[in-house]
Amino acid sequence: MLTNLFPNVEWDRIWEATLQTLYMTAVSTIITFILGLALGIVLFLTSPYQLWANKLANWITGAFVNVFRSIPFIILVILLIPFTTFLFDSILGANAALPALIIGAAPFYARMVLIALREIDKGVIEAARSMGAKTSTIIFKVLIPEALPALISGITVTAVALVGYTAMAGIIGAGGLGDLAFVDGFQRARTDVTFIATILILIVVFIIQFIGDFFTTKIDKR
Amino acid sequence: MIQLDNVSKQYKTANGSLTAVDNVSLTIQDREIFGIIGYSGAGKSTMIRLLNGLEKPTSGDVLVNDVNISKARGNALRNARHHISMVFQHFNLLWSRTVAENIAFPLEIAGVKKDVRQKRVKELIALVGLEGRDDAYPSQLSGGQKQRVGIARALANNPTVLLCDEATSALDPETTDAILDLLVSINEKLGLTIVLITHEMHVIRKICHRVAVMEKGKVVEQGNVLEVFQNPQAPITKRFVTQATSTGQKESVAQMLEDYREGQLIKLFFVGDQTEQPVITEIIRKFAVDVNIVHGNISPTKSGPYGTLIVQLTGSDADVAAAIQYLENKGIKSEVISDVD
Repeated sequence: MLTNLFPNVEWDRIWEATLQTLYMTAVSTIITFILGLALGIVLFLTSPYQLWANKLANWITGAFVNVFRSIPFIILVILLIPFTTFLFDSILGANAALPALIIGAAPFYARMVLIALREIDKGVIEAARSMGAKTSTIIFKVLIPEALPALISGITVTAVALVGYTAMAGIIGAGGLGDLAFVDGFQRARTDVTFIATILILIVVFIIQFIGDFFTTKIDKR
Repeated sequence: MIQLDNVSKQYKTANGSLTAVDNVSLTIQDREIFGIIGYSGAGKSTMIRLLNGLEKPTSGDVLVNDVNISKARGNALRNARHHISMVFQHFNLLWSRTVAENIAFPLEIAGVKKDVRQKRVKELIALVGLEGRDDAYPSQLSGGQKQRVGIARALANNPTVLLCDEATSALDPETTDAILDLLVSINEKLGLTIVLITHEMHVIRKICHRVAVMEKGKVVEQGNVLEVFQNPQAPITKRFVTQATSTGQKESVAQMLEDYREGQLIKLFFVGDQTEQPVITEIIRKFAVDVNIVHGNISPTKSGPYGTLIVQLTGSDADVAAAIQYLENKGIKSEVISDVD
């Protein structure tokens, strides 16, 4: 029956494309989380009155974040082609999409990390300092745990955005559902393929959102 | 012992520099409860933060247990802070940790092993009277309970000095008294020095041995709580003393003068032991005067009772004057209330 409804859909290819999308999203989300968190913490700690208050360092990090956050993703992908070729000797395949995905998403997430950290009660950081805590202790035992719900909901939003980015990365031949919808669906006028690819992308997004919301609520003890 | 030598702290602000602490010298003895009182903006928050190096003085030295806090950096400062704990007005607990985990936090920072940590946390929970609430999160506690966690956390590393930053200002009067009682019992049981800042005379009166009054960054008056009460010098101290005895409201004095026209209205100041003498009975027996008690207020302080009594004395001028002289000789100060000032 499925064959009748969607005559042009090759389920093997759909499955393969879904796995590629999941792979790209998962790997880029994990690396974005780590890089974005590090960048966000540096942005926070170097801002005025904080532990590493330093105008120059804050300005440089802020400028880096702002520049890469402002470049439209589709242009970033093209700009990064030489860099990707250097890294992987190719611009094809799921791995080739990763540099663009991460460089596009990490600064975006860093901003959300900064917002989350600013929400922490200053008194709590002061209390930790008054106990003789090192900066590393403050980062891992105060900043991250106290901001965790916001950090998780932020990475959820970022992961959803990354699903969208993987679709765009399809234009440089990264594969995945976006690529399938565009090349197999749109360019060959097979609407049913585009439709199925869209449905699957939506399902992936809903699952990510559900997992994110679940953990955000579970860990929030405020 | 805590010693401040000519300590000043200036902040740079958009419109010039602001002197939060202005050339302050103080000595705080071991095991005493020392209060710093002042209105907001007097510089007392900055002052208490100089004692654990959260703020560095612009000039002068801060010595706590022979460590120069104003010069200490890095590890030396962090180690010193294990012995100088702080309790905060807004508790500053980590919401992501349970009561037990919050109390364990300073122990983790000091590198105490897990089994020792757990044992110590149990002791501290019992000490502050929070048995059974080990696994509660701060959001499930009342203000008073949160402050008990704050105090337990501050005591975790067996500090020698406890700094209280308006520790009771966010609490209701009843809870305030309970927390103050806890602080006194800690001071007596563990023999640690407590330095507290507050804007409430009630707190000073109830638990402090000595007090410093701050205004515009300067210590305008300091000494034994009772002496400062008895003989306030600076105008601001007088305001605080009035706040504590609360008989001086102009409206009520005017009302009293209206109601008691005969004889003289006299305000008597009792300090310490004199409160226990039956002086009123004595003047009635010795002199031909009638005594009518109009208003009274005796408050207990850490070093003895303190209070005022307003009485109406009627009789011949000579007898009234002799009675007042007799009281003066007994060491009771008096003040004739004649007009609203």
